[in-house]
Parts: sequence; structure tokens; C-alpha cells
Amino acid sequence: MVEELRLPLIGGRVEAGFPSPADDFIERSLDLNEQLIANPIATFFMRASGHSMAGAGINDGDLLIVDRSITPSHGNIVIAVIDGGLTVKRLTKLGTRASLTPEPNKLDQGKYSPIDIGEETNVTIWGVVAWSIHNLKCTR
Amino acid sequence: MYALADCNNFYASCERVFEPHLEGKPLVVLSNNDGCVIARSQESKDLGFKVGDPIFTCKDVVRKHNVIVRSSNFALYGDMSRRVMQTIRLFSPDVEVYSIDEAFIKLDGLAGRNCEKVMRQMRAAILQWTGIPVSVGIGHTKTLAKLANHYAKKHIETGGVASIPKNPDAMLQCTQVEDIWGIGRQWSKKLRNIGVNTALDLASMDKESIRRSFNIIAMKTAMELRGHTYFRLEQAPEQRKTLLRSRSFGKPVESWHELSEALASHATRASEKLRNENLVAKMLHVFFHTSLFNRTDPRNSAHATVELIPPTNVTHTIIKAALNAAKPMWKGGFRYKRAGVQLIDLSSGPVQCSLFDSPEEQSKNKRMMVLLDGVNSSMGAGTLHFAATGFTKVMQMKQLQKSPRYTTDWNELPECLCGL
Repeated sequence: MVEELRLPLIGGRVEAGFPSPADDFIERSLDLNEQLIANPIATFFMRASGHSMAGAGINDGDLLIVDRSITPSHGNIVIAVIDGGLTVKRLTKLGTRASLTPEPNKLDQGKYSPIDIGEETNVTIWGVVAWSIHNLKCTR
Repeated sequence: MYALADCNNFYASCERVFEPHLEGKPLVVLSNNDGCVIARSQESKDLGFKVGDPIFTCKDVVRKHNVIVRSSNFALYGDMSRRVMQTIRLFSPDVEVYSIDEAFIKLDGLAGRNCEKVMRQMRAAILQWTGIPVSVGIGHTKTLAKLANHYAKKHIETGGVASIPKNPDAMLQCTQVEDIWGIGRQWSKKLRNIGVNTALDLASMDKESIRRSFNIIAMKTAMELRGHTYFRLEQAPEQRKTLLRSRSFGKPVESWHELSEALASHATRASEKLRNENLVAKMLHVFFHTSLFNRTDPRNSAHATVELIPPTNVTHTIIKAALNAAKPMWKGGFRYKRAGVQLIDLSSGPVQCSLFDSPEEQSKNKRMMVLLDGVNSSMGAGTLHFAATGFTKVMQMKQLQKSPRYTTDWNELPECLCGL
């Protein structure tokens, strides 16, 4: 999964005759994995489907980077298992009450409702969404 | 001190990580080509499914109990196994990966820290990070670690981690001989005949008499039960001696054309594996046969072994040898169900040239194989292949119930709903 793709930060253009003055300043290449994946062993990719999290910046078709080694805390966006299905929600904890809240666009407010996590609900947290990657070139 | 970490119902657990709705339901995973049961969830074990059951004989139970049936998804299991093993290595550098779902761990590096506590932390990390539940057994020897692991699996109150206690008699007493690591079915029968029923019985037997009536391995096993180390961590994998590539056909094969393509693709995959491990083969065994279960069709089976001179790992040489050996055995009028190629007597030594072999030919072949492997690894397996393996794809596996390759293919990622 974490095949390294090295992209040079500064690329000196090949000019006949003179070496680029920047060539001496190339320090290292940037690997996007370093930035996006803190713990590769516990990181999984998922595809978001639907619009209930658009307000939080997660759109239909976005690529989610999910880290299972992060302990979920108040305010995290999480993958939750609700009745056996994988869903994306924001986790909110108020005192002893925890709930999973959808975060749609303003226009869709009221279309979705929060779910309380309690003894009687069949809910577990699968992992914490660390990043959402949105393709700006084309959407599905 | 050794520990054995063993994933619980590994294949079934992998399926459940990405499909939590399968939790608590009976699930079986089938062999390549959807033939036999190779793995079971606890619920399907409880229903009486056994490893090796042909799935068509279980249709009624499957229907009656809504058993989930899955084709094997080795891309997924392999990736999850890698994650589990990498997590284990964070806790101790001395790890022997014993199988896809089991590893022995040497705990001597923990220097006085509470082994059981550390193993509980490891178990919790594996469960949280990968979603795979494991059981851990801890003991002075590998045999005792394996025994403690068995105990941990059987007793929920251990929380999945058990150590051999200071006085191990009670734990040894409740372990049947069949469940001791390294004691097979034959030996268990023989042991029971002489009144040895539990691990404690075996541990208290006289050392020399075990050696006389069984062999040195049985004696070492008994000594390991007493806490004396005989089996050490094997970190460098032993060099393989043989390499088998075989598979049942999705639908029966009735023409030489189809059979030869199947054999050629087995030969191709076996040669690739050889090159991958820098080995050459001295002998080749080729076989094909009709169904073992179908009692109405006429039966036939054929096999032959040939020498490869000089020893080789060159794809086209191995294809040619396999087809030359199989062609004279071909008989029409049968519905063949399975075929395979086995490479035997493998070595990594330098290839001895025979009298009639030109070094130019060898170096040409070698360059061709480097090119072939390079293209196939960068552009996908099978991009470049020999025409003998054909274009009809008889060998495409019948895998009707395969789950997506959730962790190894961009097009098959798990989908999470933003819709509730």
C-alpha cells in the first residue's frame, strides 16, 4: 500500500553547457505518504458514498484515509458501524452522552438526524478519518 | 520465554473487518475454485463444518442456517496478515512467522517486564489496528507456548492471553494428546493405546522409552512440555524442496488443447516462483485426473516425472518439458477435473552446464526471463506470456462469492455511507 512515489521538490532543467545553480540545493523528495499516513499498519482507504457529511468537507466519491490506531475523541470524524454497516459521522461527546452527528450542507439541514451511542444501540467505532481527498478535476 | 500469537478464525475474521454485518453469523471460506471448505467462523464450526468438506455436500446445512459462503480472497488475507505480523514485530524483534496467521515470538528481550502484560498490550493493539482478534499463549518453550495458546482459545475468561503457570500440571492435565504441537493423529492413537491421554501423561513418560517407541521428535516434544528448550526460533525460512502449481478446472476439460494450456500456465507460474526465489529445478512432475467425487463419469488419471537437464528455471524450457511429458499420456473421452505441475529437487546452486548446452543459449534465456519478469511485475501479471498458455482462459478460477480486495485495489475499496 505504501509504495513510495518520490517527486523531486526542485528539478533543475537540463541546459546544455551550464549546470543549474539550483542543483546544489536539492535536499530531498517529498512523499505524500509521509504527510497523510502516520501509521501505515493501521491505515485503510475507503470511498465515501452520499451527501450527509458534505458540510464537513466529505463529498460523494471522496477518498477517505482512515487510521484505526487513533483513539476516537470528541469532534473526530469517524467510521462507525451502525447495524452492521459502515457509515461516516462526526463523534460528539457531551458529559456522559456520546452521539454520531451527520453534517450535511445547509440546504440539506434537517434531512438527517444524529444517533445516540448508548447501551441499547448497536454502534461501534471502526476508525478515525484522518484525511479526505477530493478530486477537483472530475466528480462522479 | 516464548509466545505464540495465533489469529482466531483468520480468514473469516478478515472478511468481517470490512463487512461487520457478518459478525455472529456462520461463515465458511472455500478453496480456490470454490471446491472445499478451508476456513470457518466459530459459528460454522459449531454447526459441524469441517475443513476439507466439499461444499456441494453441505448444501442443505448452508440453506437451513443461512451460512455465508465466501470464495477465498488471498489478496485480502495476505495484506491483513502482513499488518498483523508488522504489529507483532513492534513488540519484539525476534519473530518467526509460522504460517499466514501464526507467529512465534521470543520474549527474552523484554528484560524483566511482565510478559503477560506486554502480550495483552500487543493483543489489544492488533485488535484495534487491524480488527483481527488473536490468542496468545506464553511458556518456556515453543511447545508450551502452543499449549497455552490452545488454552487461551478454549477459555474466554483468559481474555485471549494465557501463560503456563508456575505449576503447570493442571493445564497439562486438561490438554489432550491430540492437541499437543507436533503430535499427529497416528501418534495420538498409539499414545492412547498405552494409556497416555494428556500432555501431563506424556511429560511424565520416561525419556528413553519415548525415543524407543516413537522417535526423537516425540522425545523432544515431551521434554519441551517439561520446560526444556529443544525447538528454537526459525527466522530464516527453510529453503523449499518442491513447488506445486495445480488447480481444479472451473468446468471439466475434455480437449488436449485446453489441458495443455492449463499445464503451460501452471508451468509458467511455477517457473516465475522459482526465479523469484533464485532457485532451479532438477525434476518435473506433471499430472492430470478426472473428478474424485463424481461417481458416474469414467475415471482416468495420469502422471509422469522427467529430469530437467541442466536444472533450470526458464519458463519455456519448463513448459516444453511438462507438455512433452503429458502429451503421450493424453486420452480423450474423459472429463478431466484437475491438472498440475510440480517442480522437484530444487537448489540454489550454480547451474552445471551439460555437454550439449551452450553458455550463449543460457545467457540469452536469462536475459529473456529478466525482461519477462520486469514487464509482468510493472504492467501486471500475465502481460507478457507464452502462446502455449493460450488465450481461452480455462484457468480462470471459479470464484463466485469473492469479497472485494478491500486493501489492495483502488477500485475495490470499502464504501462507507454518508446517507443515514
